[in-house]
Amino acid sequence: MALLQIAEPGMSPAPHERRLAVGIDLGTTNSLVATVRNSVADVLADEQGRPLLPSVVRYRADGSVEVGFEALAHQATDPRNTIVSVKRFMGRSVKDVEHVENLPYDFVDTPGMLQIRTVAGVKSPVEVSAEILRVLRERAESALGGDLVGAVITVPAYFDDAQRQATRDAARLAGLNVLRLLNEPTAAALAYGLDNAAEGVYAVYDLGGGTFDISILKLTKGVFEVLATGGDTALGGDDFDHRLYCWALEQADLSLLPPEDTSLLTVKARAAKEALSTKDSATIQARLSKGRWVNLTIKRDIFAGMTQHLVQKTIDAARRALRDAGLKPADVKGVVMVGGATRMPHVRKAVADLFGQEPLIDIDPDKVVALGAAKQANLLAGNHAPGDDDWLLLDVIPLSLGLETMGGLVERIIPRNSTIPIARAQEFTTFRDGQTAMAIHVVQGERELVSDCRSLARFELRGIPPMAAGAARIRVTFQVDADGLLSVSARETTSGVEASIVVKPSYGLTDEEIARMLQESIGAAEADVAARALREQQVEAQRLVEATIAALAADGDLLDDDERAEVERLLRELIDIARGDDHLAIKTAIDRLSRGTEEFAARRMDRTIRAALAGRRIDEVLPE
Amino acid sequence: MTARAPDHFALFGLEPRFALDAEALEQAYRRVQEQVHPDRFATGSAAEKRVAMQWAARANEAFQTLRSPLGRAAYLCERHGAPIHAESNTAMPEEFLERQLALREALDEARGERDPAALARLRDEIRRLREDTLSALAAALDREGDYRRAAGLVRQLMFIEKFGAELAAAEAETA
Repeated sequence: MALLQIAEPGMSPAPHERRLAVGIDLGTTNSLVATVRNSVADVLADEQGRPLLPSVVRYRADGSVEVGFEALAHQATDPRNTIVSVKRFMGRSVKDVEHVENLPYDFVDTPGMLQIRTVAGVKSPVEVSAEILRVLRERAESALGGDLVGAVITVPAYFDDAQRQATRDAARLAGLNVLRLLNEPTAAALAYGLDNAAEGVYAVYDLGGGTFDISILKLTKGVFEVLATGGDTALGGDDFDHRLYCWALEQADLSLLPPEDTSLLTVKARAAKEALSTKDSATIQARLSKGRWVNLTIKRDIFAGMTQHLVQKTIDAARRALRDAGLKPADVKGVVMVGGATRMPHVRKAVADLFGQEPLIDIDPDKVVALGAAKQANLLAGNHAPGDDDWLLLDVIPLSLGLETMGGLVERIIPRNSTIPIARAQEFTTFRDGQTAMAIHVVQGERELVSDCRSLARFELRGIPPMAAGAARIRVTFQVDADGLLSVSARETTSGVEASIVVKPSYGLTDEEIARMLQESIGAAEADVAARALREQQVEAQRLVEATIAALAADGDLLDDDERAEVERLLRELIDIARGDDHLAIKTAIDRLSRGTEEFAARRMDRTIRAALAGRRIDEVLPE
Repeated sequence: MTARAPDHFALFGLEPRFALDAEALEQAYRRVQEQVHPDRFATGSAAEKRVAMQWAARANEAFQTLRSPLGRAAYLCERHGAPIHAESNTAMPEEFLERQLALREALDEARGERDPAALARLRDEIRRLREDTLSALAAALDREGDYRRAAGLVRQLMFIEKFGAELAAAEAETA
């Protein structure tokens, strides 16, 4: 009867209420947000009906921020404060960035991840990305009419731990609850429903505005394994535009145009390129400064000829990826096309020739990743009714994780392509008598030498009791969650002295930093921040109350009377506090109920597994 | 991890034996993952998410160990008090050591001369040796319960698998 008092009006929503969840393609050139409505995945457009949001952020002296088309329009006039392609900087330091000398930004070489000095202050790539995500979140909330329970955000398959962590931090900063980080090629395959296709190897060919990625995926009953990735971070549709622009200069006998003419002619060249995807010829007409006119006609085969070397580069990269995977083109069952540049007929033809089959082009290549992410978000949010199409993605970690050992060598702890989540421990020992501290250096990569791998974190385990060399037992545990994010802990096991530490790699932001950035975020008055925090905690409280009541109803018999009374007490306390307006108090009450139900959650999981294996020697399953 | 999941075989509802139906293992693994994977608790409480991650990691570990004959045999030996200690215990029957030496020499020679026919003969030999070792392991583990002998066979199998990988690399070079 306690339950009757608990289910009060306002705390318990109508059953089967749809939870609002979105998929976000946070791209190098453009970003999109999509959701599933009435069982159909659809991209959400802005007020002008434009589905794409250019991934461009401009900071202004008065502290205001422009995102998308507005920012893009100022790229030529305010290049230092207009950040394009910020994705290249996520989780990277200055030395990681290719052709950094050609970029117009004032970089600050901070350890772990670079920052950019703008007219509105120093900004990290995480903050810049958060501006893009915030616009997409607001777009989704106004289109869907409510707060989001969460988002699935896509990342390239080869993104390492630093880049994934940065992406996740950006989402938190934008006020998004991340349901999962999803690999872009996996999302594209999901959009095509390949999860329920038969087993096989698929290639995802992704030619975007400025980057080319090729991924070879293996599907086995819902397990998506990335066999190989490759590509070119400096090759994309922009290079085709540029080639056509150069051709136009030659034809019109022009040279050294002023910047505004250059940008006008580039825009015209791009329009002609796009027209050639559907027509045999296109015109480039522009009125330049000083009254000069350009009026040219370009035929499709001429354009194809002058850009064939670019296409060939992608084909060579695809061949290399296949070779890395130990496969031949004929082993590939289907090729998914991603990115606007794959609309060019000669690109499609080259791909078809390589793989000996027509590529999949039914879904808009600009939207396919966002649509797949939306499908996964809808599933994770729990909107699937029993009997709906269902799938489980078992992803793998793209790069090996290990520790530095003597001589700068890497001891691999978790090999690449291990199915995640995964936890693995390894024991180490001291090498000096009386050694009381041990430096632990976590790296990611496939090479044998530490200097050839990416350094993720360094920390020191202190308080080891003095012992003879080799007597201490230091157990280092790596844990990688379902997003591919790592945490590491270490402890000395022989002495009973516990020296334990959990590290988050150094580029990760602390909760305090996130809070500070939220406070500082432009356009968000303090009252808005507080109101939003309160609403978020209330939503979270409601979700937890609902889930706990459902759990008690289904499996309450797993608790004895005292245990049940305690859970109900914590539940009532949370309901009371959630009526108030103190978001910190609500958070504390949520944490208390959450901790207080951990054992209950573990017992329920045991029961679930038993039921799943029922009929298969149940007496052998999980003996107590 | 909780004490409720003491054994990889029990987790999947399988008999703790070396002889194993690979299909049954895979089905049980998927059935467990369908229940415990963190994706099933993406909107759940922090407690549920934590428990789900531990269980899913546990299921992945168990599946990876049991799916390979080497991992499965080593696991059974360790469970029965006969750890493998591959780094410190290198003692092997003299006959096996001699064969190992001969195989290594033959591989070096075939690789040096880029001789596909010799590599193919080695491939046949190592396949036979592997099959013999696996049946000896099945006898020691499932019929005789001789885990010390089995641990010795596991160390031999480790050599065979490593040799097989080197042979495959040599074949790829020559092809």
